[in-house]
Amino acid sequence: MSDTIAAIATPLAVGGISVIRISGENAISVADKVFKGFNKKPLCEYEGYSAGYGMILGNDNTQIDDGVALVFKAPRSYTGEDVVEISCHGGVFVTREVLRQVISCGARLAEAGEFTKRAFLNGKLSLTQAEAVMDLIGSKNTQSLRSARAQANGALFKRLENIKSELLNIAAHLSAWVDFPEEDIEVLEQGNLLASLQNAKQEVESLIKTFDSGKIIREGVQTAIVGKPNVGKSTLMNLLAGCEKSIVTDIAGTTRDVVEESVNIGNAFLRLADTAGIRQTDDVVERFGVERALERIKTAGLVLAVFDNSDSLTEQDKQIISAVKEDNTPSIAIINKTDLPKKIDEKYIKDNFKHIVYTSADNKESLNALSDEIQEVLKLNDIDTSNGIIANERQRICATGALEYLTEAIDTLTAGFTLDAVTVNIESAIECLLELSGQRVSEEVVNRVFHNFCVGK
Amino acid sequence: MSYCIDDYSVAIIGAGHAGIEAALACARLGVKTALFTLSLDNIANMPCNPSIGGTAKGHLVREIDALGGQMGKAADATFLQSRMLNRGKGPAVHSLRVQSDRKAYHKYMKKVLEAEQNLDVKQAEIVDIVLDEGGNISGVVTKLGTVYNVKCAVVCSGTYQSAVIHIGDTHYESGPDSSLPSKGLTQKLAEAGIEIRRFKTGTPSRVHKRSINFSELEVQPGETPITPMSFETNPDGLENKVVCHIAYTNERTHKVIMENLHRSPLYGEGERIKGVGPRYCPSIEDKVVRFADKPRHQLFIEPMGLDTDEMYLQGMSSSLPEDVQLEFLRTIKGLENVEVMRNAYAIEYDCCNPLELKATLEFKKIGGLFGAGQFNGTSGYEEAAAQGLIAGINAAHRVLGKDEFILDRASSYIGTLIDDITIKGCSDPYRMMTSRSEYRLILRQDNADKRLTPKGYELGLISKERYDKFCEKTLLIDNEIKRLSKLIIPPSDKLNELLVSHETSPMTTGIRATELIRRPQLTYKDLAPFDVDRPVLSAEVCEQVEIEIKYEGYIKKQLAQVSQMRKLEGKPLPSDIDYDSISGLRLEAKEKLKKIRPLNIGQAGRISGVSPADVSVLLIWLECNR
Repeated sequence: MSDTIAAIATPLAVGGISVIRISGENAISVADKVFKGFNKKPLCEYEGYSAGYGMILGNDNTQIDDGVALVFKAPRSYTGEDVVEISCHGGVFVTREVLRQVISCGARLAEAGEFTKRAFLNGKLSLTQAEAVMDLIGSKNTQSLRSARAQANGALFKRLENIKSELLNIAAHLSAWVDFPEEDIEVLEQGNLLASLQNAKQEVESLIKTFDSGKIIREGVQTAIVGKPNVGKSTLMNLLAGCEKSIVTDIAGTTRDVVEESVNIGNAFLRLADTAGIRQTDDVVERFGVERALERIKTAGLVLAVFDNSDSLTEQDKQIISAVKEDNTPSIAIINKTDLPKKIDEKYIKDNFKHIVYTSADNKESLNALSDEIQEVLKLNDIDTSNGIIANERQRICATGALEYLTEAIDTLTAGFTLDAVTVNIESAIECLLELSGQRVSEEVVNRVFHNFCVGK
Repeated sequence: MSYCIDDYSVAIIGAGHAGIEAALACARLGVKTALFTLSLDNIANMPCNPSIGGTAKGHLVREIDALGGQMGKAADATFLQSRMLNRGKGPAVHSLRVQSDRKAYHKYMKKVLEAEQNLDVKQAEIVDIVLDEGGNISGVVTKLGTVYNVKCAVVCSGTYQSAVIHIGDTHYESGPDSSLPSKGLTQKLAEAGIEIRRFKTGTPSRVHKRSINFSELEVQPGETPITPMSFETNPDGLENKVVCHIAYTNERTHKVIMENLHRSPLYGEGERIKGVGPRYCPSIEDKVVRFADKPRHQLFIEPMGLDTDEMYLQGMSSSLPEDVQLEFLRTIKGLENVEVMRNAYAIEYDCCNPLELKATLEFKKIGGLFGAGQFNGTSGYEEAAAQGLIAGINAAHRVLGKDEFILDRASSYIGTLIDDITIKGCSDPYRMMTSRSEYRLILRQDNADKRLTPKGYELGLISKERYDKFCEKTLLIDNEIKRLSKLIIPPSDKLNELLVSHETSPMTTGIRATELIRRPQLTYKDLAPFDVDRPVLSAEVCEQVEIEIKYEGYIKKQLAQVSQMRKLEGKPLPSDIDYDSISGLRLEAKEKLKKIRPLNIGQAGRISGVSPADVSVLLIWLECNR
């Protein structure tokens, strides 16, 4: 049981700081892939009980956050194994991103009580403490069973059933075809098989996407407000500030005093990064150069591009426009200062943005228009939670596993390998989906064979 | 009055396919063994299909052989036709199947048993067992009242216990092939606390060869070259002696069956057969009812032996009355004038619940008492033989004070079979299928020797000579794979010609030989002209080299899964755990664990009703009590 596990160790709510704990044989090497200290020293060279400050990297080495990594060496740690605790800024989104990155670098999501379980197994806890852990797992056990039962009637479960059923039919057909060669069972035509697998793969992919769109509802969307100097970004901020402001995070001792601010507008949950910068200078472009603004557009899930109605479009405006277009990021053009005489080339904006909102400093109604456009552009109305969405990281991991096996099955099939290698991958995919829904695989295929095929010996 | 004649270390009850392997294993391990059979003339009888092997079953036979069992050699010595099923479907599912000469097989096995030192073969019906004060078996009792003192016994009673044959509205007490049924033993076992269940199975008619119009039928010939079942059999000189034929039912056949369903003991009034039948091996009436939209069903016409004109109709098992059987058979093209020699019938029999068995196939409740074969709720000669071998080895080990011999799921189909029936149980006669193994890319029939021969040698069931030969083969395979992984084949017009003709992309730079073999379109053999230093290797070795290279990626993945599984299998659960006292376990899990008493954490996790969280609780409990 020495594989490496990870989980968010602090409550999953917004706070000043969040801790992602990694424990196990490869804890330090996993952390090394995610965390790059500003002193360039890899974590594996750290002594136990020492800390480093550095960048937390996401995919393609883009920075997710900066933070502190604390290294514990076995057996001197909570679990008795090598442990790294990465502290990052306490936004829900950032924290999850860091965990996701840690998992993609080789850790596995810890189960309920698993750190404590390991602590016990490594002699870090007393028997009475251990008993408390067992009770904890026990109660989680009943709880998860209850929630699994509740899910059995749920939308996700039904949606999964459809995908699983299709794959089970394929697996059953393939095994009937193999196990009963004398039963006159027709060969699955390669084209049909491929089509079915691709269909299942698409379904799983769209299921995984629900995790991301569902996330917009649960965790909000990273929103970038961009525009040339003095275009009115702070006006927009103030307008948004009139909405329910849910989070202000203060982190003392860092260069930024406000890291993240979130507002609810309609049923959208916007996470506005770098609001301090905007507030203080009203000038992202000025302060960081246009490159920084363009970079923000790349990482954002929603871009609010502000333009000045009373000014003609500048080179900076056009650069921003083409960056938004190039990335195909959901975006809304906000034409500000409509109270002043119009000089802007409105047609140029219309040619480049599907969604446009007009506003001015004293125009409160534009907020409703903005809200409607945000709904529209984020396709929030299309997210049908009643159709079943993936709700948590565990489910996402199972679904991703299924996707990998299906991809492998398709690759194996198209490469021209024999069907035994394809079948094994299909069965593993089914296993992932059954794990997702809390059922088990082994007997299912066999039962289906008996049910669907007329087999004799 | 009872009296004692002799003492044995192990008594084997029944000389079918399970009993034979159990008896031979015990005797060969140096233990004094008695093999009891109702009739010496029915040793190794094939009351159903005259054939050995088939999908997954062929795997079992090769595994039995790799462990030093007899079935593969007997099949090689007496086969009439051999085929490798599933060619083209991938090496994992290639399966050997032979048509056997039923009488020759019986004679061969009887002779092998008679020749075995340490083994006495006796015609006697065992009707009771004797238990000592500790609740362990200490004797078996024959119908004549004779007591044999024993340390272990293996029940291999097949379909004989309290057997009842059903044909139409007639039923009568009888064993298969009109043999005597065995009566009393299962009742005594039930009194000793063993759960006894009722299963049923069936067999088709045997018909006279001269009554078949073969010109109307498809021929199914055997295949050459022949791969023997046993790794020890020399393939040179083996040849197919007969052909089989394929026929089809039609709408008229189905109509006759549907119109007479009320006369079936299964579907008719009162549903007289209560036993649970095998799902995979339905009677023809089952097939017609359950798959009403299928216009025809396939049947195979197979000879029963060289010295007989009896033909077996595979796929046509039935328990309809004699007149209906004849009527529907005669609707089949080629069988219009068919003459039935033995009627099809269904047979009901007593068997145990394998959840009461350990992985050694010893009963948890009665020390020294083992079960194997159809008595354990399985079906098929090969499944029976596999269990007989394992039960025999473990009975001998118990007598000799040696460790238990258990094969895990990743080692073999035998291990998978026993794990399935003892951990998940079976609700109908269990048949082995390739889809039952999650590790089937590594559990191939072609590498059964690699997987199990070292174990067989360690047990003492494989000779030094055979083991040395095996090691030599292994070395040749490893060396050739190593050589190929270093060999770079330069690009050339000739190479590209080959690649293009096999519909795979040509090369502009040199490429490793293993990379080319990994391409599904190419074989090891194809590359011979570009590999001048290639050593001369046997077909067997070449096959292993090719599969190991071609499927390397998939094999590696499965091996990773196996090592995960084995970690959990390596955490034993003591047999005396008081599951009720473990807090945190759910009630359902406690009940299941109490009944099944898994040997280790891995097994516990496979029990339906035991969740991953329950497994965590068990792990913690284990540590607390270390």
